[in-house]
Amino acid sequence: MTPILSVNNIQVVYKDVILVLKGMSIEVNEGKIITILGNNGAGKTTTLKAISGILKSEDGEVTDGSIEFYGERIDKKYPEDIVRMGIFQVMEGRRVVEDMTVEENLMAGAHTQRNRKNRKKDMEMVYHYFPRLIERRKVMAGYVSGGEQQMLVMGRALMSRPKLLLLDEPSMGLSPLLVAEIFNIIQTINNERGISLLLVEQNARLALSIASHGYVMENGRIVLDDTVEKLMDNADVKEFYLGLTEVGKKKSYRDVKHYKRRKRWLT
Amino acid sequence: MAENISFFFQLLLTGLVVGSIYALVALGFVLIYKSTSILNFAQGELLMFGAYVCLALTVELNIPFIWSFLLTLAFSFALGVLLERTILRPMIGESIISVIMITIALSTVMRSLIQIAWGTETKVFPPIFSEEPIHFLGLFIAQIHLYSLSFALLCVAMFGLFFKFSSAGLAMRVTAFDQQIAHTMGINIKRIFALAWAISAIVSSIGGIILGNINGINNLLAHMGLKVFPCVILGGLDSIIGAIVGGFLIGILENLAGGYLDPILGGGVKDVAPYVFLIVMLMIKPYGLFGKVLIERL
Repeated sequence: MTPILSVNNIQVVYKDVILVLKGMSIEVNEGKIITILGNNGAGKTTTLKAISGILKSEDGEVTDGSIEFYGERIDKKYPEDIVRMGIFQVMEGRRVVEDMTVEENLMAGAHTQRNRKNRKKDMEMVYHYFPRLIERRKVMAGYVSGGEQQMLVMGRALMSRPKLLLLDEPSMGLSPLLVAEIFNIIQTINNERGISLLLVEQNARLALSIASHGYVMENGRIVLDDTVEKLMDNADVKEFYLGLTEVGKKKSYRDVKHYKRRKRWLT
Repeated sequence: MAENISFFFQLLLTGLVVGSIYALVALGFVLIYKSTSILNFAQGELLMFGAYVCLALTVELNIPFIWSFLLTLAFSFALGVLLERTILRPMIGESIISVIMITIALSTVMRSLIQIAWGTETKVFPPIFSEEPIHFLGLFIAQIHLYSLSFALLCVAMFGLFFKFSSAGLAMRVTAFDQQIAHTMGINIKRIFALAWAISAIVSSIGGIILGNINGINNLLAHMGLKVFPCVILGGLDSIIGAIVGGFLIGILENLAGGYLDPILGGGVKDVAPYVFLIVMLMIKPYGLFGKVLIERL
């Protein structure tokens, strides 16, 4: 199966001097949920921004390698063209337009859709997936709760009829109950609408529970690339990302010291 | 007593008429500020452009007023897009003070070019409305004032609807709030900037044409560019509603102050009153009536 998105060995530099991505490659297959894990500063958000084309607004650029979406090169395109092709990035931090209402935010998300009649239908679809937004739809987006704002930004993404959604840390700052609800909805959307998903998450356990394939990034490079079953079995992933160590055995501090327990990948 | 009341209402009416023009021009100014963070010191010259071009089309080319009006709007649209593309786009990313200085330079250049083309004497539009004033509740209104007020209100209402309901209007509000969010939503930022300048030029031209019809056309029209500051500061620099309300309020205030204080202070109060008010406003409520109240969730 040819992947719909292939990032080929890209190198990303900010302000001409700061090297953030040092040659990384990922693939997303149609209809699948792919997750990128990694600690802060690994370059996960930068990867998403390179795909969606908004690096330029932060003085960054892809200096090497290529990104292809359905066979077409997109690394030199403007963000507005990339959205029209079907890629929509939901940025981290719930960036709603605070002085517009919830409904206006959703309508703005449909900016790239020409057909007006579709917008009404799409809004009903969004309200179907996120029923909490119905009663808040005339409220200023800046005043709704964090969970509702997260639902709003995802609903806004759905209004653009994307083929690939780039989700950046959707669980950030939300209560566990709400996170479970939102991840359920994400899975439903993926099942029912066939939208492919590239999910960047800190909550590794949650991400691995819905994804089919996972990448681990560190310092701007991919260090692990495998199916989720194999990742969950990987001892390093278990220890460093899932918090599971050998159950039952006593650990001495000597063993915990990092240099004694070397990671099996080299960075 | 009745005389006093009718005097008051007369002033109020004139204030509303003038205020409606201020509201239009202030709208244009705030539009540019909200989308691009630029303080456009050339706003008054955009007014002059509209007035002079419309006059030239009507008088020199003998085109009927309604067509020259529409043509002027088309030219203003083109001027706005041209200004954004040639002068302001290369300055994206430069310090905002440099861009503001460019608008100051632009105002001087435009004013001089207009004076070179059309001279400095006051010109008048050929009479378009009859001279008969209308009797309304015991007050006299010149027909031209009535039409100006109605038209200005119509424009304000139309733009209000535009921003609230149209796709482009929503896109402009998103861009004004946060350009990066606009980027991720597939909004073409450069086109939004061009649209902001084009709309600003159009509303200023409308204001200029109306004002030119009422008062005649000369380069004093450019002073509107400065008059717009009390209006937007009163209303709140990044509020479109504020610009409109501010415009009307300053128009009314200026006329009331002039009407009542002129006999006491010997004249000229009308010109100074808005700026005195500006200073007072900056001291007591610098963000204006509708200025950005930071929406914070607690």
